[in-house]
Amino acid sequence: MKEEILFTMKSPYRDDFKIHGFRFGEGEKTIAIVGAMRGDEVQQQFVCSQIVKNLIEIEEAGKLIAGHEILVIPSANHFSMNINKRFWAMDNTDINRMFPGYDKGETTQRIAAAIFEHVKDYKYGIQLASFYMPGEFIPHVRMMDTGFQNIKLAKKFGLPYVLIRKPKPYDTTVLNYNWQIFGTQAFSIYSGDTDTINKDTAKTAWTSILRFMNNMKIISQNKHEGHSSYILKDSDLETIISNQSGILYALKGAGDEIKAGDLLAKILDPFTGETRSSILAPTDGTIFFAHHKPLIHQSTVMFKIVRF
Amino acid sequence: MIKTIISEGLPVDEQLLIRKKTIRNGNGNKRICIVTGTHGDELEGQYVCFELIRRLNENRAFLDGTVDVYPALNPLGVDSVTRGIPTFDLDMNRIFPGDPNGHLIEHTAYKIIQDLKGADMVIDIHASNIFLREMPQARINVKMSAKLIPFAKMLNLDFIWIHDAATVLESTLAHSLNVIKTPTIVVEMGIGMRITRDYGNRLVDGILNMMHKMGMWNGPVTKHISKPEISNRGEVFFMNADVSGIIIPSVSHSVDVRKGDLLCQIVDPFEGTTLQNVLSPVDGLVFTLRTYPVVYEGSLIARIYSEKPG
Repeated sequence: MKEEILFTMKSPYRDDFKIHGFRFGEGEKTIAIVGAMRGDEVQQQFVCSQIVKNLIEIEEAGKLIAGHEILVIPSANHFSMNINKRFWAMDNTDINRMFPGYDKGETTQRIAAAIFEHVKDYKYGIQLASFYMPGEFIPHVRMMDTGFQNIKLAKKFGLPYVLIRKPKPYDTTVLNYNWQIFGTQAFSIYSGDTDTINKDTAKTAWTSILRFMNNMKIISQNKHEGHSSYILKDSDLETIISNQSGILYALKGAGDEIKAGDLLAKILDPFTGETRSSILAPTDGTIFFAHHKPLIHQSTVMFKIVRF
Repeated sequence: MIKTIISEGLPVDEQLLIRKKTIRNGNGNKRICIVTGTHGDELEGQYVCFELIRRLNENRAFLDGTVDVYPALNPLGVDSVTRGIPTFDLDMNRIFPGDPNGHLIEHTAYKIIQDLKGADMVIDIHASNIFLREMPQARINVKMSAKLIPFAKMLNLDFIWIHDAATVLESTLAHSLNVIKTPTIVVEMGIGMRITRDYGNRLVDGILNMMHKMGMWNGPVTKHISKPEISNRGEVFFMNADVSGIIIPSVSHSVDVRKGDLLCQIVDPFEGTTLQNVLSPVDGLVFTLRTYPVVYEGSLIARIYSEKPG
């Protein structure tokens, strides 16, 4: 393993901002893994750190398959993480809305350009991603329907689900989209949580990435096969929108299997505690996404359910 | 008449309310919309809304058509000094055209688009951010320029900046409206968290001038409408900081500079040394200038428009 400083920037008064890269093996640029790009992506950083830890052990055991180079960037925004901000510490811009970046542009464009310069020529690209809505997911692989995606490869992670979704206008500036446009097979791994560490879902995520590397003969470390992934589109998910606001009293969470009519949550009056709304399952299925903040707005996505 | 276009419950007691003021008179069926407050820290548009509505109220008989004014598309942000949408930490101008079946903010964006759709002109007023001061200017996608430049020239602005298609952000309100053939001009002026009354008055004069030319306004119109520079006659130069430090400005905003003029110094207060002398690369007009002193490598310092490229 070679630890490298991929990008350095001075700050007026803070310590220098440095992006660290951990490089394993030599040869074809086979796989690049990017962790936290937002300051609240602690789970994503944790998952990446565990991948580095595992790869060090795999390398020491001589189980890296020759001819492949692996690059892991666990953190690209600890300037924000260290001060509890989500976006860039100075101007609140989002590094993951700046790709492919511009090395003569604004600060976060330069950071994005530096990251992209280092990760763009790899055969496979994996981003540990987070979602803008507060909540928990079933760990899954997500791909954008750019025409370049390869679903068979996504199943090699052995996660329960692969979600294919149509790009939205803002997606053209995210890492995953630009990876695909520049010829890398790109995958986003959603590992459940964001600003808290969930050891179970984190382990599911890093194990799936090691499984992918094993299946693609980048490492030799036998793993159980995992799941035979179910391929989903956005339209396959049944969305439950809150019809009231108030205190969310959740009874079911991501991964729970449910039957039509099951009570999933209650929305409570924040003054009297009375139930304003009982949220019932509209279908048999598995909860794919669950809002998990204690307060809920009206007309907010509460659950996304995979129908049986 | 004030109409609520969005009312959704917040967790405790309160509604998220997005409202518009409609002023209507005569039989004309033309409608223009003035929208602002998408970014909660951009307040220049507040004065424009106030002054436009004040003048229309005093002279309503001259109006023939409908003026819809949306002072705060992001009311939670405006009322809490927050640029994005509070609790979601999202830039509202990156979620359009929204989604009727999406999350609260996505379907809010969708409803806003539906309410504005079909207007004869939408003026989307922005006020830069807390870092940069902007000369009163219109920003237009090159694909829409043939349609929009004639209107932008009516608005009493100093500059029209035409953006290449590749640099246009597709998730903005203006882009989303333009693609559904609701003509929309973005006006940028002033600076975040402040009101520059002179700029506001100029834009209101410009809006009334535009309404006059659209046949919606028969009242008094200023005779001194500014003739804006148009960026496609020259080139826009971006000046970004090479180093991190503190900026000491040497020029004022909205001035002409010569190639080699000192725009600012980036200094190190610890050492008492100058880290970078930022020099103008061209003869031109400083239409954007940083006022916030702390910079990182890459922070935008100025934009200069030069009629003679290079």
